[in-house]
Amino acid sequence: MSFTPGPEAEELRAVVRGFLEKRCGEVEIRRWMETEDGHDPAVWRQAAGELGLQGLAVDERWGGSGASTVELGVVFEELGRALYGGPFFGTVALAATVLTELDDQAAQERHLPGIAAGDTTASVVWGGSDPLTSTLRADRDGAGWRLTGRAEPMVDAGLAGLLLAVAATPDGPGVFAVDCTGPVEGLTRTALNPLDLTRKLAAVDLAGVSATAVGVPGEITPALTRALDIAVLALSCEQVGGAARVLEMAVEYANTRVQFGRKIGSFQAIKHKCADMLVAVESARSCAYHGIWAAAHDPAELPIAAGLAGAVCSESYARCALDNIQLHGGIGFTWEHPAHLDLKRARSSRRLLGTPGRHRARLADLLDIPEVSA
Amino acid sequence: MSTDLATVTDLVEKFLAEHPPASTDDQVLRGARFDAGLAYPHFDQGFGGLGVDPTLSPVVERLFLDAGCSDWSSRNVIGLGMAAQTVHTHGTPAQKTKYLRPLFTGEEIWCQLFSEPGAGSDLAALATRAVPDGDEYVLNGQKIWTSLGHMARRGLLVARTDPDQPKHRGLSYFLLDMTTPGVEVRGLRQITGQAEFNEVYLTDARVPAADLLGAVGDGWRVAMTTLMNERVAIGRRGGGRGDGPIGAAVRAYRKAVAEGRADAADRDRLLQLWTRVEAARLTNTRAAARAGQGAPGPEGSIAKLQFAELNKAVFEFAVDLAGDEAMLIDDYTFSRPGASSASHAAQDVRKAYLRSLANSIEGGTSEIMRNILGERVLGLPGEPRIDRDRPWKDVPRS
Ligand SMILES: Cc1cc2nc3c(=O)[nH]c(=O)nc-3n(C[C@H](O)[C@H](O)[C@H](O)COP(=O)(O)OP(=O)(O)OC[C@H]3O[C@@H](n4cnc5c(N)ncnc54)[C@H](O)[C@@H]3O)c2cc1C
Repeated sequence: MSFTPGPEAEELRAVVRGFLEKRCGEVEIRRWMETEDGHDPAVWRQAAGELGLQGLAVDERWGGSGASTVELGVVFEELGRALYGGPFFGTVALAATVLTELDDQAAQERHLPGIAAGDTTASVVWGGSDPLTSTLRADRDGAGWRLTGRAEPMVDAGLAGLLLAVAATPDGPGVFAVDCTGPVEGLTRTALNPLDLTRKLAAVDLAGVSATAVGVPGEITPALTRALDIAVLALSCEQVGGAARVLEMAVEYANTRVQFGRKIGSFQAIKHKCADMLVAVESARSCAYHGIWAAAHDPAELPIAAGLAGAVCSESYARCALDNIQLHGGIGFTWEHPAHLDLKRARSSRRLLGTPGRHRARLADLLDIPEVSA
Repeated sequence: MSTDLATVTDLVEKFLAEHPPASTDDQVLRGARFDAGLAYPHFDQGFGGLGVDPTLSPVVERLFLDAGCSDWSSRNVIGLGMAAQTVHTHGTPAQKTKYLRPLFTGEEIWCQLFSEPGAGSDLAALATRAVPDGDEYVLNGQKIWTSLGHMARRGLLVARTDPDQPKHRGLSYFLLDMTTPGVEVRGLRQITGQAEFNEVYLTDARVPAADLLGAVGDGWRVAMTTLMNERVAIGRRGGGRGDGPIGAAVRAYRKAVAEGRADAADRDRLLQLWTRVEAARLTNTRAAARAGQGAPGPEGSIAKLQFAELNKAVFEFAVDLAGDEAMLIDDYTFSRPGASSASHAAQDVRKAYLRSLANSIEGGTSEIMRNILGERVLGLPGEPRIDRDRPWKDVPRS
């Protein structure tokens, strides 16, 4: 059995990498970092129109290509490598995945075509640290619902045209759609100062915002869990892309910088750091690839595979990004050098969908490894 | 590829029907298996193989083990893990015919006579001399750390045939009969109390020129085949998720919880180890699929490095969970194991812990693995060297 992405996925990778190298280089990334929406809408539309990236895993009925999580993962790996700044994570990894997994036809018909076409940006929001125990509240209001609570920091939520809120109901958690293309009564969104400027974060205040249920509140937990696992894998793939790029950066510098009459890569303190980074990158890659393969071909494995990737990939990326700064010396501490961009991405995405520690704890539960009773 | 798998699986089933493991003598079965080409399916026909893809060989071995056949991988660890591949790659037809079959049946155990007191990581600095005399070579020198030397009928030996050449160029590779007069094996006691490895003294021992493996002076290249296979053999121990030492650690943790000896931090520490072990296992699976067609490359060092460091950490954890038992040991009685215990999880956990400390030394130290990954995989520059182009005899040694 081989869980490595096959030739088709690799072809897609080459196309996406070429596109990102042309339209989304460091110069562009840095320009977008300073803007409110963090990206160039023209590039966003091109990604949707010419490459079909937003709709890659969206069902063909809704204007997507119906590709598997393997292809999706490879795209996220490339986006992570490029530190792409647009609202792709919120729109595709979170919102489109939740809509797909919840399988509410009416909601899909309303929202997925816009996402696939590149017309709608979206995100998923929740209160507290775990979506499954979201502290947002949903109360019935006639045929609809009203949402209350505060969610922060939420990825890509500041300007999204569609918010999917996970909120508690008396029957258990539900998912509720809020159309934000026009003004929404009771909704306040505040842009936050993100540690990672390439990824926009917002605080979302909901004061009785009117919303439509997606799926049946109280019955969506299994589908939402699946969607979140897939999102964790997308994030893991991003982290693999970032970690691998950081390793390239480190090796390139170790092969050029000369001190004491030698390339610094010939010093073992540097060489061994690079070797350990290589092991970290390959470990992360194995877990991420295994995860996206499992999501597509062995769904029963998905929870463990996602937990493993979630535990391993953030650690690997954070470690590589950290060592890369040290390895570059003073230049690695400058704003001009890209090393800090990866460190900040690594540090913040480490918390985005659960810390490594939380993934390990969940994994322990799944493996039936007991807790110590107090 | 998959048709190959089906064909091979079919062959194994037929073979097992004709030679039921329960009622067939082990050595007879292994001999017949060799003759049927099911010993090392990727080897050439006539030499224990069928010439199929190397990824099929572990599959076939698994089928035989599952059918209840005996496992020789620890008893003849060097023979099966390294000697067979090296002889198959570099041997003459006569050498392959002579050595491969008894190696596989277990009639002949092999050992590896590489390391010397003055040449460990820097293997190419070795000093054992081989001087031609008629159609023989005369050997003088000392080898050390020779695992299973006390059991071995044959040894993989690297010796210096030309001290005037730079160190890598003056070496030759021999297949040594360990019963040759002048070969003396003495046990060396390890920190576990046991003596798995040995010193081997060579005093005017004569080896026929016909037992040179590869050309005179080509010993380094042949030795590389052995070492690459060694790293893969050590790093890529098979098994599924949660098998091996990590499985033992999980059981030890459960027991500690039940007996009230664990604390909350232990669970996270266990999961940190578990995830790293599982990541390493998946990396090996990926590397094996990629390496499919060829000989193992320097990436084998990833597997070796991870295996060593994780094994040590896992056993350390298991000992920490043992409570006050961690201050005791079953015993240090001197013994001479008949099999390698390099990865054993079954025995006394404190002894397993002690044994694991050698994992980052044997088969190339972790520092050397990181050098290889840095230089051969990532392409970083080597260190400045004072020994490269000088005749071996002029290079300083400790
Ligand atoms: C249990 C066990 C079984 C063994 N079985 C066999 C066997 O069957 N046959 C056989 O031939 N050998 C065997 N060995 C020997 C083993 O291969 C050597 O011990 C090993 O290669 C290290 O050599 P050394 O012991 O001389 O240490 P040294 O090479 O002297 O190393 C000492 C320290 O220096 C470090 N060091 C050395 N060079 C470098 C460098 N360039 N860069 C960074 N650090 C460096 C090492 O990593 C180590 O930490 C066995 C060893 C053990 C422990």
